[in-house]
Amino acid sequence: MTDGIHDMGGMHGFGKVEPEPNEPVFHAEWEGRCLALNRAMGYTGIWTIDQTRAGIEELPPDVYLSSSYYRKWALRLENLVVERGLAGADEINAGHALRPGKVLKRKLAAAEVPNTLTRGSFARPTQAPARFAPGDRVRTKNIHPATHTRLPRYARGRVGTIEALRGCHVFPDTAAIGNGEDPQWLYTVLFDGRELWGDCAEPSLKVSIEAFEPYLEPA
Amino acid sequence: MAHNREEYHDHDDDHHQHGSELSEMQLRVRALETVLAEKGYIDPAAIDAIIEAYETKVGPHVGARVVAKAWSDPAFKQALLIDASKAVSPLGLLNRIGDHLIAVENTPKLHNMIVCTLCSCYPWEVLGLPPVWYKSAPYRSRAVNDPRGVLADFGVTLPAETAIRVWDSTAETRFMVLPVRPAGTEGWSEEKLAALITRDSMIGTGLPKNPKAIA
Repeated sequence: MTDGIHDMGGMHGFGKVEPEPNEPVFHAEWEGRCLALNRAMGYTGIWTIDQTRAGIEELPPDVYLSSSYYRKWALRLENLVVERGLAGADEINAGHALRPGKVLKRKLAAAEVPNTLTRGSFARPTQAPARFAPGDRVRTKNIHPATHTRLPRYARGRVGTIEALRGCHVFPDTAAIGNGEDPQWLYTVLFDGRELWGDCAEPSLKVSIEAFEPYLEPA
Repeated sequence: MAHNREEYHDHDDDHHQHGSELSEMQLRVRALETVLAEKGYIDPAAIDAIIEAYETKVGPHVGARVVAKAWSDPAFKQALLIDASKAVSPLGLLNRIGDHLIAVENTPKLHNMIVCTLCSCYPWEVLGLPPVWYKSAPYRSRAVNDPRGVLADFGVTLPAETAIRVWDSTAETRFMVLPVRPAGTEGWSEEKLAALITRDSMIGTGLPKNPKAIA
């Protein structure tokens, strides 16, 4: 989903940031198990990280806002498991498997866990030369796809400068909807605060996004 | 969508940020884990191992060692700013640091701050799991348009002449801030320097501790 509640940059009304002194890693036992279940299911290769992000974004806005982070992860995992036919809602409600499982590509063993702490690479072979170079002026496109994108609303239709080329990466917009990795060049694009927020921004503010080439056109 | 809205709202009165939703969620997550294990998709021992790793092995102490080394070793600092993944991996702080880690340097004239407005992207390998506030609506909404106001929520005031640069982590690149080394730490060992480096100073919502506080 694109213009969803998750796309929060620049919204007003959420109040102060509330740091928690000496915050524990998990606030309840189930949070740790929820995180680990999500990681272990991700390891099976049945869905991509972009599909899991899309799964969070598809939660209804009121649920999104009123649920803690790990509650969102739990709801998302339930939904993905049911959508992919890995288990039925009846089984989750019963708290037990009622039918045999599917065969998945791989299963995470405890001994393998240390290796999963290293992130995988999202870099892929290039399909074409990079269209832009550091210093180029670009305008982000004004796109509103009904499916997942990583171009935030506040940075659409804005003029910025290419600051860095970050390589050619898996394109979330296609990976999230099962249309393959379609690797695209990734850039750091820097904007003046005033370009994004008008006179409300303090003059020295600069904000960057990581933008895939299809989000950009020459300015 | 697998669940109807009634199911999301079963316990509407219970779920606030954390705590009171515990019993509902404890049962719900336990049911899910049992089903996934019985189906043969997950091994509960791996679940235990993941939790243990994030509770004991991965955390901001890793990033603090990186910053302390950068403060002490100019060649390492240069390598870190060019390619943080490549520079950090040989330190052996974790098995290996994955690709796409980028370190950004604070100076007296420039203060960097990291956010993910769309979800909660965060450099887990060097900072561990993100704190609740980092994933919260107030931080994600305001970091990009009112970073000085956000800093004030953390009790941090920067000089007016220090410009602010916000990095929105909208892809798989991951950012960590290299804070300014505090004055009065000349000759300190890396270990002693690491004790000054807070998690928030590597996100850009805080500054390193005052050396006098630990000297």
